Amino acid sequence: MQRFRMGAMFRSEQMTLCQLFLQPEAAYTSVSALGEMGIAQFRDMNAEVNPFMRKFVSEVRRCDELERKLRYIEEEVRRDDVKIPDLEEAPTAPNPREIIDLEAHLEKTETEMLELSQNGVNLKSNFKELKEMKYVLEKAQHFMSEECDLFTAASAFVFQQEESDSNRALIGGEERGRLGFVAGVIPRDKVPGFERMLWRVSRGNVFLRQAPLEEPLEDPATGQPINKTVFVAFYQGENLKSRLKKVCTGYHATLYTCPSSVSEREGVVRELRIRLEDLNVVLSQTMDHRHRVVQAVAKELQTWKAMVRKMKAIYHTLNMFNMDVTNKCLIGECWVPKDELQHLRRALEDGGKAVGSTINPIINILSTTENPPTFIRTNKFTEGFQVLIDAYAVGTYREVNPASFTTITFPFLFSVMFGDLGHGIVVFLFAGWMCLFEKKLKKNKWGEIWDIFFGGRYIILLMGIFSMYSGLLYNDIFSLSLNIFGSGWVMNIPKYNLSVESKLALDPAEGGYRGDPYYMGLDPVWQSADNKIIFLNSFKMKLSIIIAVVHMVFGICLSVVNFVHMKKYINILLDFVPQIIFLVLLFGYMAFMVVYKYIVFSPYSQQEIADDPSLEPWGTRCAPSVLITFINMVLVSANSKVEGCNQYMFGGQEEIQRAFLVIALLMVPVLLLGKPIYIKMSARRQATHQVLKPATNGDVSNNGIEMTGASDPEQGGHVQPRGGQDHGEHGESFSDVMVHQAIHTVEYVLSTVSHTASYLRLWALSLAHAQLSDVLWNMVFRRAIKIAGGMGTDGSFSGGNIAGGFVIYVVFALWVCFTVAVLVLMEGLSAFLHTLRLHWVEFMSKFYTGSGYPFEPFSFKGILKETNSLD
Amino acid sequence: MGASLIPVIIFTLLWGVVGIVLPFIVPKGPNRGIFQLVLILTASTCWLFWLCCYMAQMNPLIGPKLSNRTLLLMSREWGGAIPQ
Repeated sequence: MQRFRMGAMFRSEQMTLCQLFLQPEAAYTSVSALGEMGIAQFRDMNAEVNPFMRKFVSEVRRCDELERKLRYIEEEVRRDDVKIPDLEEAPTAPNPREIIDLEAHLEKTETEMLELSQNGVNLKSNFKELKEMKYVLEKAQHFMSEECDLFTAASAFVFQQEESDSNRALIGGEERGRLGFVAGVIPRDKVPGFERMLWRVSRGNVFLRQAPLEEPLEDPATGQPINKTVFVAFYQGENLKSRLKKVCTGYHATLYTCPSSVSEREGVVRELRIRLEDLNVVLSQTMDHRHRVVQAVAKELQTWKAMVRKMKAIYHTLNMFNMDVTNKCLIGECWVPKDELQHLRRALEDGGKAVGSTINPIINILSTTENPPTFIRTNKFTEGFQVLIDAYAVGTYREVNPASFTTITFPFLFSVMFGDLGHGIVVFLFAGWMCLFEKKLKKNKWGEIWDIFFGGRYIILLMGIFSMYSGLLYNDIFSLSLNIFGSGWVMNIPKYNLSVESKLALDPAEGGYRGDPYYMGLDPVWQSADNKIIFLNSFKMKLSIIIAVVHMVFGICLSVVNFVHMKKYINILLDFVPQIIFLVLLFGYMAFMVVYKYIVFSPYSQQEIADDPSLEPWGTRCAPSVLITFINMVLVSANSKVEGCNQYMFGGQEEIQRAFLVIALLMVPVLLLGKPIYIKMSARRQATHQVLKPATNGDVSNNGIEMTGASDPEQGGHVQPRGGQDHGEHGESFSDVMVHQAIHTVEYVLSTVSHTASYLRLWALSLAHAQLSDVLWNMVFRRAIKIAGGMGTDGSFSGGNIAGGFVIYVVFALWVCFTVAVLVLMEGLSAFLHTLRLHWVEFMSKFYTGSGYPFEPFSFKGILKETNSLD
Repeated sequence: MGASLIPVIIFTLLWGVVGIVLPFIVPKGPNRGIFQLVLILTASTCWLFWLCCYMAQMNPLIGPKLSNRTLLLMSREWGGAIPQ
């Protein structure tokens, strides 16, 4: 339903508050249909009722139970490393009959999975035991047949069970008894402790042999690999045996009976092998079966999850409805965009039809004094810009939406700071790639930073395009210049001077300048000039002031659109007029002087001045500083006199300046007192009016005077809700209004100065950017070229060399890295943030209230997306 | 000194077409409004920027200070005879 309409970006949509009367049996399907469309934001009618006291609590519980089952199943599926396919199209919410089916199905699946995994665990632990036993036997065999001196003696003793004196002597003492042994496995990390404990318990009389298992075993319950070690411990006497067994239990060692004779052991091993093979077959069949079941489940899993999710959301929404006293219908309230009303009606009718209800749903349009939510339709292009604006504040209902203008002013101001053709191309290519392959790239999950870049791909694209244009105008491409149209400067310095001095300035007055400027942007000659910064500073500073005035005047003019729309015509006179006059007469005039100076003052040669002395005051020498003139104007002091020059740029400038200053300052009391006095007067008029004609509506006195002229024709017969701020204003006492207006005035006057100064960041950042890229070029790459080219200081080329080629190769990589990391990424980020600030503070503060709250419709799409991002 | 007419006319016409003529021929559709706004704002911002650049150089009060080697290269590459 996210259709985009003409002018939709300009303001938020008109909203209506609707009251819905739904048949209880049709309520579920109706709300489900609304959830598919996502056009209605429901209001909680039972805010004071506990969540667990509401009507559909048991249904929500059922959903919770289903979700639990689904979580269990998903866990099992993930354990088997089966890929869960993503949902291509979300299913509709299940109807009540489908819910019962789904419940039964999930119950069955869960039990099956439980049984399967139980069986699996049993089989696996059986398998593990057999395997361990096999290992034990094999290792024991190995130990006993080992050709170890000590062991030969021991094994002879044990297995032949011959009692000889020598053997008895070996064990020591007259302690009689057979040398027995236990064999088992123990987790590998416990071996050292186990060994030590055995030593202590037996005072060194237990002989322990161990061998680690080469391959890890699998834990039947968790599937984790565990490393184990086989051990055989020899002991003598029952006493020691019982102690040994206790230690084994304590260390979670598993003991296996191990026949003492070789042939018996071999027999057991053979038998074990057969059983293991059988078990293996059974196990693989079980696993196959489980795999089949899991795979079948995995296919459906996302569908089930979506269905349950939707169902739960519906019941949550239904919990916001009120039950009619007669229990015959559910009553709900929701905000709906005005032009979606017919869709709302159709959704409710469809919902009714789905359960065969014959009674049409009733939609009642309510009038309210409450502020409707702000709903701005965006498309994929405007979405990113809207996010930038909403990050500052969500717009008040129906006020002008700055995001629409931001689409261009944002990239433009960015490019003024970032202007470089080369860097612009880099940014453009990156964003172009994201926009071209957006369908494919959308599915990628490359982390949060990628999401930010991708979400703002159209902003970045425009920033790239505008940076390319600005780069052309600044004549900057990786800090070099293009000479497309032919420079306006001519080299006219005599040979003699060139041989005497190393640095020479071209004089525009004496034929160094052709007479018409470079057609587009700055002249390429400045790139290699020593006094480039002096020239750029002056140009960029003036450019910033002009842009500042234009941008802020634009912002203030937008406030008129707001006043007209909200029918607060008096604010145009008491707010807009003093504000715009104050700004235009001070800084607008300054911008005018900048342009005037550009046009009027010219470089005149000595000859020209000698021929026509009237030209002298308009020459280079007499050009005044605009900044000083402006400061003099504000300080009401006269310009300093220079011999042979006019004191002012044009006749009557002093008087005009003084008049401008006085008028601008007079605007301050107008701004300060105008509105409070107006409100006071109209309140008095209202009071007399009320005495004559008592109010039938208690609201009137509260709403104050503007209410009479404010009933909105758009709303038909309904009383238009007034903004919350409005309410506050009229409820306030006179002193409150006064304080409010005083703050507003002080803020505006101060901010006019500070905001204009704030735009100088355009100059500062663009200069910094240009200088940084200049430094990188000259300090890194140009040196490499000099080395590679074998270029001497006298400008002669002595031919390239191979080593130079390598140097260039390496240094180029270095230069690219720095260009992308520092100049494009870091500088780009900083320019972006400064642009954001210029919009949020300097531009939007002129007209944007931003006291609304966002429209959050009940929409399955949004709910499913939310849960997906949580996963 | 001053401006020459041709570039001023060309660039003003160019951005005038983008900002005034094109908005009228944007195809009807849901995005028409935003398209028009984008075109108008693009044209006005770009034209303003260009104009500032142009005006700043119409009557240059200072000249570029260059090294004598650059000056020689300039006269060789960009034309201009070296006076004796």
